[in-house]
Amino acid sequence: MSTMKNGPTPSLVREGAAELSGWTDIGPLDAIPPLRARTVHLRGVAIAVFRTADDQVFALHDRCPHKGGPLSQGIVHGTSVTCPLHNWVIALTDGAARAPDEGCARTVPVRLEAGRILLDTAS
Amino acid sequence: MTMIAPRRRRLVVIGNGMAGIRAVEDILARAPAAFAITVFGAEPHGNYNRILLSPVLAGEKSFADIVTHDRGWYETNGIELIAGEPAVAIDRAGHTVTGAHGTMRPYDVLLLATGSDPVRLKLPGADLPGVVTFRDIADVETMLAASETAGRAVVIGGGLLGLEAAHGLSKRGMAVTVLHLLPGLMERQLDPVSAGLLADDLRRRGLEVLTEASTSAIEGAARVERVVLADGRVLAADLVVMAVGIRANCALAREAGLACGRGVRVDDAMRTSDPAIFALGECIEHRGQTFGLVAPIWEMAKVAADHIAEVADSAFAPSVSGTRLKVTGIDMFSAGDFLGDAGTEEIAFRDAARGIHKRFVLRENRLIGAVLYGEARDGAWYTDLIRDRTDIAALRDLLAFGPAVAGAPAAAGIEALPDDAEICGCNGVSKARILAAIAEHGLTTLEQVRARTKASASCGGCAGQVEALLALAGAAPAAPRMKPLCACTSLGHDAVRAAIVSRRLKSIPATMRALEWSTPDGCAACRPALNYYLLCAWPGEYRDDAPSRFVNERMHANIQKDGTYSVIPRMWGGVTNAAELRAIADVVDRYAIPSVKVTGGQRIDLLGVTAEQLPHVWRDLGAAGMVSGHAYGKALRTVKTCVGSEWCRFGTQDSTAMGIALERMTWGSWTPHKVKLAVSGCPRNCAEATIKDFGAVATEAGWDLHVGGNGGIRLRGTDLLAKVKTEDDVKEYCAAFMQLYREEARYLERTAPWIERVGIDYVRARIAEDASGRTALAARFAASQRHAQIDPWAERAAGAEAHEFRELAVLA
Ligand code: SRM
Ligand SMILES: Cc1cc2nc3c(=O)[nH]c(=O)nc-3n(C[C@H](O)[C@H](O)[C@H](O)COP(=O)(O)OP(=O)(O)OC[C@H]3O[C@@H](n4cnc5c(N)ncnc54)[C@H](O)[C@@H]3O)c2cc1C
Ligand code: SF4
Ligand code: FES
Repeated sequence: MSTMKNGPTPSLVREGAAELSGWTDIGPLDAIPPLRARTVHLRGVAIAVFRTADDQVFALHDRCPHKGGPLSQGIVHGTSVTCPLHNWVIALTDGAARAPDEGCARTVPVRLEAGRILLDTAS
Repeated sequence: MTMIAPRRRRLVVIGNGMAGIRAVEDILARAPAAFAITVFGAEPHGNYNRILLSPVLAGEKSFADIVTHDRGWYETNGIELIAGEPAVAIDRAGHTVTGAHGTMRPYDVLLLATGSDPVRLKLPGADLPGVVTFRDIADVETMLAASETAGRAVVIGGGLLGLEAAHGLSKRGMAVTVLHLLPGLMERQLDPVSAGLLADDLRRRGLEVLTEASTSAIEGAARVERVVLADGRVLAADLVVMAVGIRANCALAREAGLACGRGVRVDDAMRTSDPAIFALGECIEHRGQTFGLVAPIWEMAKVAADHIAEVADSAFAPSVSGTRLKVTGIDMFSAGDFLGDAGTEEIAFRDAARGIHKRFVLRENRLIGAVLYGEARDGAWYTDLIRDRTDIAALRDLLAFGPAVAGAPAAAGIEALPDDAEICGCNGVSKARILAAIAEHGLTTLEQVRARTKASASCGGCAGQVEALLALAGAAPAAPRMKPLCACTSLGHDAVRAAIVSRRLKSIPATMRALEWSTPDGCAACRPALNYYLLCAWPGEYRDDAPSRFVNERMHANIQKDGTYSVIPRMWGGVTNAAELRAIADVVDRYAIPSVKVTGGQRIDLLGVTAEQLPHVWRDLGAAGMVSGHAYGKALRTVKTCVGSEWCRFGTQDSTAMGIALERMTWGSWTPHKVKLAVSGCPRNCAEATIKDFGAVATEAGWDLHVGGNGGIRLRGTDLLAKVKTEDDVKEYCAAFMQLYREEARYLERTAPWIERVGIDYVRARIAEDASGRTALAARFAASQRHAQIDPWAERAAGAEAHEFRELAVLA
């Protein structure tokens, strides 16, 4: 999984998961209201950073796999976002479009530390 | 001729559960005073509805809600309840039963209803504290205690019980992983395709589902800490639920020397190998078959009661019964042989976009099995087809579309059902009870029946049948069945709306909680609808929820295909002036706006504005006195006018001034769908008022008021609402119409389809023919407008919602 979650999730216990370098502080969690997203431009590319109701954060390239719609402007629900242009539902966890649609938005590693959002700018 | 009353025969029942007590009820109904009854129950309370342990675990019901027979019931019926004392011995020669604390009771007739025991896997660590099964209220209490500290739960077994346990624990805040040995969940009820859809749905609800996962050990020091899989994976766990199957509880019978196989063997009369002893429920084996659902058990109870009370010589012949999963929002049904074999044919129907899969197995033109996933309301109809061995040759082409399409009217099946037919299996509500409640209390809606009788209150699977009964009773039109608002709920728009008002629900989370939404925070379909319904129900009190607004309404501008926005300021009645035009021109220059267009709604559109520019553009337009035109909203859009009597040689009234007055009154109002008005100065109707939601056309005598017009995709001309005299009349009718539409139309239903649904006569009756009703509607509209007429652009230009218009960061 390219996106790290925080909070209680039923994830497998992994031994010694190595952490990548290149984490950049992009602001406090509070800068994004729950169930909303904001964009970050990283070397000219728009990245959408999402916050779920239970304060998990996820980041995707801000381009819908359908016709490039700005996912940051969609309605966030659970760990999905509905694209504002033609209602494709994209999973925040892995960027995949919900069947029957097919396609994938690129994910960017992001995590929370002490209330700050850290984005992996090396990826 | 003896003077002594005949001694009442002694009936002892072992097992105070669903089968035992149902049989007692059936016996009392057949022979009210024939027996002196004693019930031994291992559990320390009266009888409860075991099926509903799942909703109790999920927090949707309390234990009190599911108790079906409290101690008072036993007293009233003269039944001796020995609760909390399991029977430990049967002396068949002496005709006595003895309990664990030594209580001994003689019997003439003995009834065994000991149910079944959950299977416990013999794994290392299986007896650690924190490893539980799911069978009775004590198990639920253990799970609830464990869930208090949140943590992680591992459920072993992806069958009906395991998934219901997993859903409940997840709703209680635990992180839940389901382990299933086979590739497909619920393999006893689902084919591989629907099993896959179910796994996806559960994952979407936040459960982790691991299939082909074999557990090899449970580990922990003082209590469970983790689960080890055969492939070496390790899962952290604070609670482990084993839900891997049940085993008939026949130890006592076996010790007493009764013939037992996988359960206590009974004949068609439910009699064991000892003629004085009957058995029923999950503890039995009948013709090699054991049972795990209540429907056949209710049949057994009738047969056993017939024989024990000696009133009829009936025979138990198990018929097909269907299974549903009681996980809110998951609609599935399965019955019969749904896999088939070489000699069967198969019909499959799939609508991937709506997550629907149906599979039917046929043998020689008879339906022998069905699986429905995603849309299961017709389960009962298919069960009937299977049970009755109906020849379906004629139905074949349309079989997958259910009774509504395949010919049989929805209520036909219902009519044919006997009065005591169980409609709601979860709550044990019969057809007769529902019909009686409808008649007695004049019920007309599903919600009301649910509140009175509990029918359809649990899994909701029988909602369609309850509606058919309402139709049968003449209480409701045999209308198409309610369509759920979206996949997150089984309730339709009207039911949700009514509940918001009647239960005084004041926020989206509160509504979702109270109405048992199946998703944690809804979806892009229901959230905007709920936001509107709440806004309409509680004007001034409800705080608009921006994250539940579609982007256009959140940004207060129309998003374009390249991600920029368009800006349309209000141009009252289509009238403008040099100052406004100059301000617009300045804005276009200042922000290098690429495109300026006159819209079909008599105003000016500035296209290609970036999100960052929006507040600045709005500030500058605002400085010249302009406000948002709401061209982006399910809201009052434009009021088109013609020049009217001020200039036009045909004009009879001042349509421009009338239009401006209407726009001043209605702007800012949020509505189920967009609302457009127009006012023409004479019947030539240059403002096209007869294809608008509300149109006024001037005549010599006053105004003709028209409603329900629609340009766009499906052209519809208006219906005449009324002819009125004065401008104040026009305003009052308009306000009343707006409010009726706001309060009663469904979200995203424009006035045209709404009026086609309710009928123009209804709208006339509420507005034209009911003067005091009209005044009240208009007053409610005015009241809500006091909170709505705030220019959203001005608020944002002054800094509100700034995060929407600025990037979080720009990184090199
Ligand atoms: C800008 C405008 C076209 C123009 O350049 O003239 C326009 C533009 C859009 N219309 Fe329209 N409609 C515009 C007048 C109309 C009219 C004419 C009118 O209002 O007299 C109609 C037919 C009248 C009617 O509504 O009955 C019209 C019928 C539609 C429909 C079909 C509605 C229907 O019920 O059948 C849609 C689709 C929808 O709303 O779902 C639509 C949807 C749209 C959307 C919002 C499409 C979208 O979802 O993004 C377009 C937004 C473009 C934008 O970002 O600005 N537009 N649209 C007009 C704006 C008027 C205004 O000043 O606010
Ligand atoms: C969580 C859950 C959900 C379910 N959901 C559904 C569903 O949706 N649909 C459906 O059709 N079925 C469902 N079932 C199955 C249904 O509850 C059973 O089929 C039904 O309860 C069986 O009735 P019974 O009387 O045979 O057994 P039980 O209801 O278990 O009753 C047996 C009783 O006998 C007692 N007993 C056992 N031994 C002794 C003894 N020696 N002395 C005294 N008392 C004794 C037990 O303590 C128990 O109280 C569900 C079951 C569970 C656990
Ligand atoms: S007619 Fe179609 S293309 Fe033109 S503005 Fe309306 S929705 Fe867009
Ligand atoms: S661009 Fe996202 S759904 Fe079309």
